[in-house]
Amino acid sequence: MARILPQSKSAAVNPLKSSQPLGAAFAFLGVDGAMPLFHGSQGCTSFALVLFVRHFKEAIPLQTTAMDEVATILGAADHLEEAILNLKNRTKPTLIGVCTTALVETRGEDCAGDIANIMRKHTQQLAGTEVVLANTPDFDGAIEEGWAKAVTAMIEGITRSGERARHPKKIAILPGCNLSVADIEHMRDMVESFGLKPVILPDISGSLDGTVPDRWVATTYGGTSVEDIRELGTAMRCIAIGEHMRRPAKALLGLTGVPYVLFQSLTGLQDTDRFVSLLSSISGAAVPARVRRRRAQLQDAMLDGHFHFGGKKIAIAAEPDQLFQLATFFAGLGSEIAAAVTTTDRSKILKKVPAVSVQIGDLGDLESLAVGADLLVTHSHGRQASERLGIPLMRIGFPVFDRLGSQHKLAILYQGTRDMIFEVASIFQANQHAPTPEALDPLRNREISR
Amino acid sequence: MSSLSAKIKDAFDEPACDKNRGKDAKARKEGCSKSLTPGAAAGGCAFDGAKIVLQPITDVAHLVHAPLACEGNSWDNRGAVSSGPTLWRTSFTTDLTELDLVMGQGERKLFKAIREIKHTYAPPAIFVYSTCVTALIGDDIEAVCKRATEKFGLAVVPINAPGLAGSKNLGNKLAAEALLDHVIGTVEPDDPGPYDINILGEFNLSGEFWLVKPLLDRLGIRVRACIPGDARYRDIASAHRARAAMMVCSTALISLARKMEERWDIPFFEGSFYGISDTSQALRNLVRLLVRKGADPEILERTETLIAQQEAIAWKKLESYRQRLQGKRVLLNTGGVKSWSVVHALMEIGIEIVGTSIKKSTVQDKERIKQVLKHDKHMFESMAASELYAMLSEHRADIMLSGGRTQFIALKAKTPWLDINQERQHPYAGYDGMVELVRQIDLAIHNPIWSQVRQPAPWDCQPELIGELPCTRNETAYLFDEFACATAHEC
Repeated sequence: MARILPQSKSAAVNPLKSSQPLGAAFAFLGVDGAMPLFHGSQGCTSFALVLFVRHFKEAIPLQTTAMDEVATILGAADHLEEAILNLKNRTKPTLIGVCTTALVETRGEDCAGDIANIMRKHTQQLAGTEVVLANTPDFDGAIEEGWAKAVTAMIEGITRSGERARHPKKIAILPGCNLSVADIEHMRDMVESFGLKPVILPDISGSLDGTVPDRWVATTYGGTSVEDIRELGTAMRCIAIGEHMRRPAKALLGLTGVPYVLFQSLTGLQDTDRFVSLLSSISGAAVPARVRRRRAQLQDAMLDGHFHFGGKKIAIAAEPDQLFQLATFFAGLGSEIAAAVTTTDRSKILKKVPAVSVQIGDLGDLESLAVGADLLVTHSHGRQASERLGIPLMRIGFPVFDRLGSQHKLAILYQGTRDMIFEVASIFQANQHAPTPEALDPLRNREISR
Repeated sequence: MSSLSAKIKDAFDEPACDKNRGKDAKARKEGCSKSLTPGAAAGGCAFDGAKIVLQPITDVAHLVHAPLACEGNSWDNRGAVSSGPTLWRTSFTTDLTELDLVMGQGERKLFKAIREIKHTYAPPAIFVYSTCVTALIGDDIEAVCKRATEKFGLAVVPINAPGLAGSKNLGNKLAAEALLDHVIGTVEPDDPGPYDINILGEFNLSGEFWLVKPLLDRLGIRVRACIPGDARYRDIASAHRARAAMMVCSTALISLARKMEERWDIPFFEGSFYGISDTSQALRNLVRLLVRKGADPEILERTETLIAQQEAIAWKKLESYRQRLQGKRVLLNTGGVKSWSVVHALMEIGIEIVGTSIKKSTVQDKERIKQVLKHDKHMFESMAASELYAMLSEHRADIMLSGGRTQFIALKAKTPWLDINQERQHPYAGYDGMVELVRQIDLAIHNPIWSQVRQPAPWDCQPELIGELPCTRNETAYLFDEFACATAHEC
């Protein structure tokens, strides 16, 4: 069981985290016709927007209540009202996802009450638009928490409550924020290959997959429909992916009685086997031949790849569930997790990370813990540490702004695990050092080891 | 906050700004930035603006006193380049947690953070930025910085520009105020000379100032301080001993230029290194100011010789693009075209300007645009995304030059686009920079992808062919060729 080491510094050096409201907005972006709205000063939105754009290379719908000094002192309810009405008029969204920021939360505003008032006051004008609130102050949590809170808020605010007649083939899937567009597309194919009908919330594969629409759309185009969120209660079963998705899954269970199964990770042979077995048992269908074929391919990739992984020291910095996903992947192929850094001590998954300890911290911590490692695994901001340490960097997570196509990189199920084995083995092969007589000299370092 | 509001008031009353002078007292009081509409606002905050201006100072540790988002979502994201120190790219933030806020530990944490940075990195200075939340809870960063300066014996500079104070532009000005109050004039250089100048508002994006600096070196002009691009703390601290200054990015640092003239008698002019004639004019103005301040007048002639040489080379290089770019239509959609000579140079080789935004332009700018464009209707205050999209998708321009904010409007409309704002990848300053800009326009417009991506899918325009798809492989390939040809001509 990993020991969790709390942060001891006062100055965070090279943050690993992105902010909690950004995580909430990210989840809202997986809904069709959505417009996330930050309740704070315009800079909060601008920074998050720029970061999204740098990662996805897409126009991202994201708006702000633009709090100024006056609103900060006197209260910002009228800014929220004006913003919601403006958005409704200008962009006609089906969903406005309000994400609070540190500014409004430090003031201690009753945003839920404000929204209820606004909805009451403008019932007619706001008809056809759901307004959902996620309380996501920047001084707490990071993307995972924000994402989970937004999904929970959508379920609690939109899904029809009560036990409903169940559709025998319908599966509700709640993916964690560490799943890419490619992961979600692939998972949908897999579920559909069993004759099941997946409803995925949020579904960024419909909205952030980078397409060229034939007209200009101010909101998201694609993603989970609000109608599908409303009808989540008719699913046979809910599958949540990642420990942080337990909360929305529980919310759905509490609201509609739909039971859930939680997968902490879908990467690796064994977890994928569990997932596939579950689909087979829910659907009553045999595992399709092409899925079996993928499994065999993964087995072979493991056989070919393990030479490159055995004994390697890996330094990973990621949010808790992604840290777990990556650490178990590497450990499962014989590597050692030499450094594990994450953003928060709240997650229960951290104790299961296959490392001696997990440091709550930043990329400055990663840099000092990773000395002597063979590979750094984190998002693009790890590039400075990689340069300074001379250790290759595998870019994964959010944000990846200095490489193209991260949203289309697959990392789950048989095929994603296979691809990731190849990617890592290729990095190792590209950075191989040829043996030298000095390095192999049996008399070198004898004194030290004595 | 009283000193902050005084600063803001001061920033909005700028005698050296023509646009500001054109307003009546009441309008001036309201400030330069329009009030924001909730739900329809774009752009950064005052903190963003302050950081943009100061962060390119390369050997300073920039410490953001805030909960995570202010720094965590924004660090290491701009294109300024350093020729030496890398500390400016390391991100420091107090990353305040809920507990810190509830327990009122902000100031203590800040002080400790300063100590940690001092011990680990030993920078010549630490800049401490206040933000919305730390301003709201009343953390006194000026007091903390003062105490830290005394205790640690290094410059710890408070940058008081919380986001809620206003726009990015205001933040630019507040950053300049911080430099005036705490940095410039604090170090006496031991080598002042008659050819020392300051360049204000040059960010060295993509290293583009390095396209200009060799020209100054050739003339024997020494850049005492380039603020902020590729700057060192000591350069800025001793910038008050320069003999002349050039102000590059007009709206951002005009108050800095004016106040340096008032305090230290450093005359300045507003100029630009974008475009051929502007670059030449900038060089001329610089040496004239230096001569006025006592430099040997022989430099005037040397400057003219250099200009003549460089212009000739640049025009010759540009001429080779004329044939490829003659008649191409450019839409300029940027806050303020800083340099009319860019427009001039583009038109000189036969490019047409089919529209330009006048959002940040002064009255004089607008007059110039009218002369250039001949049609008023090609000027627009701002264009809604949907309108811009419509204009581009109807191919009423061959390329849009703009900032990242409108990038995807152009790309989704399948229109060539070139970044001419701060995230750009290429250096455009000086004579070679102008040639580079034209080269990039050429590359963008003539990239072979445009004809491919504009082509509709064959099954969308020739539905009758679908039923006729043959079944053998060879035939398919053969037919597909024909099919592709047909669609290319008829769709």
